Amino acid sequence: MKLTLYIWRQKNAKSKGFMEKHQLDGVSEDMSFLEMLDVLNEQLIHEGKEPVAFDHDCREGICGTCSLTINGTPHGPEAATTCCQLHMRKFKDGDSIYIEPFRAKAFPVIKDLISDRSALDRIIQAGGFISVNTNQAQDANALPVSKEKADLAMDAAACIGCGACIAACPNASSMLFVAAKVSQFALLPQGQPERKRRVLSMVEQMHQEGFGACTNIYECEAVCPKQVSVRFIAQMNREYMGAYMKNEE
Amino acid sequence: MLDAKIPSGPIQDKWDKHRFELKLVNAANKRKYKVLVVGTGLAGASAAASLAELGYVVEAFTYNDSPRRAHSISAQGGINAAKNYTNDGDSIWRLFYDTLKGGDFRAREANVYRLAQLSNNIIDQCVAQGVPFAREYGGLLANRSFGGAQVSRTFYARGQTGQQLLLGAYSALSRAVGKKQVKMHTRKEMLDLVVIDGKARGIVTRDLVSGKIESHWGDAVILATGGYGNIFFLSTNALACNVTSIYRAYKKGAYFANPCFTQIHPTCIPVSGDHQSKLTLMSESLRNDGRIWVPKNKGDKRPPNEIPEEERDYYLERKYPSYGNLSPRDISSRSAKEVCDDGRGVSSTGYGVYLDFEDAIKRLGQKEIEARYGNLFEMYERIIGEDPYTTPMMIYPASHYTMGGLWVDYNLMSTIPGLHVLGEANFSDHGANRLGASALMQGLADGYFVIPYTIGDYFARNSFDKIDEEHEEFKKVEKAETEKINKMLSIKGKKTPTEFHRELGKVMWENCGMGRNESGLKKALELVPQIREEFWQNLTITGEADDLNIVLEKALRVADFLEFAEIMLWDALERKESCGGHFREEYQYPDGEAKRDDENFAHVAVWEYTGQENKPKRHIESLVFENVELAVRSYK
Ligand SMILES: Cc1cc2nc3c(=O)[nH]c(=O)nc-3n(C[C@H](O)[C@H](O)[C@H](O)COP(=O)(O)OP(=O)(O)OC[C@H]3O[C@@H](n4cnc5c(N)ncnc54)[C@H](O)[C@@H]3O)c2cc1C
Ligand code: FES
Repeated sequence: MKLTLYIWRQKNAKSKGFMEKHQLDGVSEDMSFLEMLDVLNEQLIHEGKEPVAFDHDCREGICGTCSLTINGTPHGPEAATTCCQLHMRKFKDGDSIYIEPFRAKAFPVIKDLISDRSALDRIIQAGGFISVNTNQAQDANALPVSKEKADLAMDAAACIGCGACIAACPNASSMLFVAAKVSQFALLPQGQPERKRRVLSMVEQMHQEGFGACTNIYECEAVCPKQVSVRFIAQMNREYMGAYMKNEE
Repeated sequence: MLDAKIPSGPIQDKWDKHRFELKLVNAANKRKYKVLVVGTGLAGASAAASLAELGYVVEAFTYNDSPRRAHSISAQGGINAAKNYTNDGDSIWRLFYDTLKGGDFRAREANVYRLAQLSNNIIDQCVAQGVPFAREYGGLLANRSFGGAQVSRTFYARGQTGQQLLLGAYSALSRAVGKKQVKMHTRKEMLDLVVIDGKARGIVTRDLVSGKIESHWGDAVILATGGYGNIFFLSTNALACNVTSIYRAYKKGAYFANPCFTQIHPTCIPVSGDHQSKLTLMSESLRNDGRIWVPKNKGDKRPPNEIPEEERDYYLERKYPSYGNLSPRDISSRSAKEVCDDGRGVSSTGYGVYLDFEDAIKRLGQKEIEARYGNLFEMYERIIGEDPYTTPMMIYPASHYTMGGLWVDYNLMSTIPGLHVLGEANFSDHGANRLGASALMQGLADGYFVIPYTIGDYFARNSFDKIDEEHEEFKKVEKAETEKINKMLSIKGKKTPTEFHRELGKVMWENCGMGRNESGLKKALELVPQIREEFWQNLTITGEADDLNIVLEKALRVADFLEFAEIMLWDALERKESCGGHFREEYQYPDGEAKRDDENFAHVAVWEYTGQENKPKRHIESLVFENVELAVRSYK
């Protein structure tokens, strides 16, 4: 098939970006979206032009590196699918496709389609862990965890940290990302000792990084490639209120 | 000459005894030592966090934008441990034996035994970190049998075990970064190792955003940079996985062990065309219920559902009645190649076999199959556009894992003092073939439970001159790297790095993949230098050196693959036997089974760099088996 691509180009963090138009012929429906971009990039290199820089690594939908906004939607049109797993059979001959980076105040663009999502790492560094040193653990079966809770914790832990939820949110809020981590640990007995501290420090860091507030629009859940549920946001709000009140006392 | 430093005494006591004999660094002195950890996958992240907890000064490096994105994240199936929670006859000894046998008796007994011992600590550690492993209704941990093991010893977190274990290690690392015990360098790629006075003292990196070439000094360097499966261009590895860090260390004096031991995984989605950038693994667990077959007749192009039962060849069940579809990876892969080479393959390219769930659905119901494999079926449908509930899946083997790696002793130290190598980057524990769910175990054993002990011994036994990044050796390496990059940019030829990589991959896949023979290997040894020569004359790179430059990044990685390929070929040529993933067509029994030669090849082949124009020198480390009898691996 033949496509018209409009792609965000930006030399570096300081320069201004613009949309660049490309025609691409011979796209096969078996290609993944990123393989389609690979083909474009090989053509550009042969023409002596700089290829389009985009982030990617595993190309299996699990590392969370790929981060394209396709026709206005982070990761593109297919539900529960990262853009590296999106295949061209979802498009048709003659389509125009608009490709931009994940955008948010806290995700400055580094180049073309690559943005800096290190703010998410800093939120984890602030409290997204259980403080256990190597070799301090007891036997793995010492603390039973009900299957329901373990499964729910796994639902939350499935987050791949791609930041699509933030790019989709009109407030650029990172609530779903933070809530997933807070809830995972709040559901497990191992997470109890630091339960209150954790939510307070992570939320504090989230504000410092310039992420917006949640106003219950739920775009985050809609674009999440791992279908992490907004119910975790409700859980986190309860966690936060509880911890905050306790702190006030 | 190669001293593996294996402790004496009964195998069960070796590690205990060794830990007692290792010298300790006083708690207050630990902060005087700086460790550079390259790679933040399971092995690197667990090591960096554990060393920081002990009080060492740690700096960690990754080319990814976050440590959480390392290739370890994509492991699906699970992690082994000898907990014997299922009470089905498992033990440390059995895990040890299975791993050694699975590796076709080409690994070190003492290392493998230690791995089996430590496996239990890993599960404890991960659970304490909040890793949400699968559980039974009673609240205790669930196990499954994996990759043909006869006991259920695999712990798993849905189909995302690697993700959850890595996020556990990443959280430990993040905690240390937050406390300023680890300095984290993201989007920084190591280009070379710096050796001063015979010791590993630092690395030179390229900042992938600014293009800046930078030096970093340390008192020891740990490479945990993963495997080199992307030598074949197409593999199940993440796209950036490469050989640079360990190859460069090799050129600086670290010996390379068993480079030709690569694992080809039997259940991957087949190639669909030239645009293909990677091959997706379909978890091996599918083989628990799926039946593998091809048409009996060559060139049978009928859709699978129209081929009657009696015209199907369930070749694994036929050849290996007792293990059937669960035969080990190397055997399953080779059998798939055989039937496809015979003209009976399916898929548009003829390189595919069916993995059929029809019987399983009849037996267990679609609901149960959905519960077991729902996410995998979805992934398959997304990629291929066919529904595996109604049309059999197509699969084909792909490069997946590299057992070879830098040679290390029992302390995980290479032949360069101070250079330690962990995880898939070393050659250690898997011999000629790795069992499913054992890589995660090894990476975490190395990082959490081995290196924290052994690195202290290295510090305690050595003295260190004070150095910094201004040392002339750093300047020399920085200059060489800058010149190399400038040279690449100045070629202004016609072929892209990806085109060279694809060409190399094809030569390697055809001649050093699932089947290898003398004439093919010799041919490849002529072809690879030709590709390399053309690379240096006809490469094209756009953009500049001091900028984020994806073409240059790729070219630097491909340049090292192009050199490294040759040691892999030499190793395959000189190992005149078939064992594990290394199948030399000349060495097989009349029925096509691999013919191992214990008399002449029960050793590790260890390669030393002897200059660019010379053939590398082959050393051997003899493998001594005191606790097991070398059996012929039979899965019939
Ligand atoms: C699809 C798939 C599924 C798998 N499933 C399983 C399974 O179920 N069970 C199992 O046991 N094993 C499995 N494996 C194997 C296992 O995942 C890997 O062997 C293991 O995770 C490797 O871990 P590692 O820490 O050694 O390296 P990696 O996770 O590969 O990490 C390498 C790190 O090094 C960094 N790095 C590399 N080079 C440089 C450089 N030059 N400069 C800076 N940084 C660098 C990278 O950024 C990364 O952080 C699977 C593998 C694949 C491909
Ligand atoms: S590239 Fe890893 S999730 Fe898309």
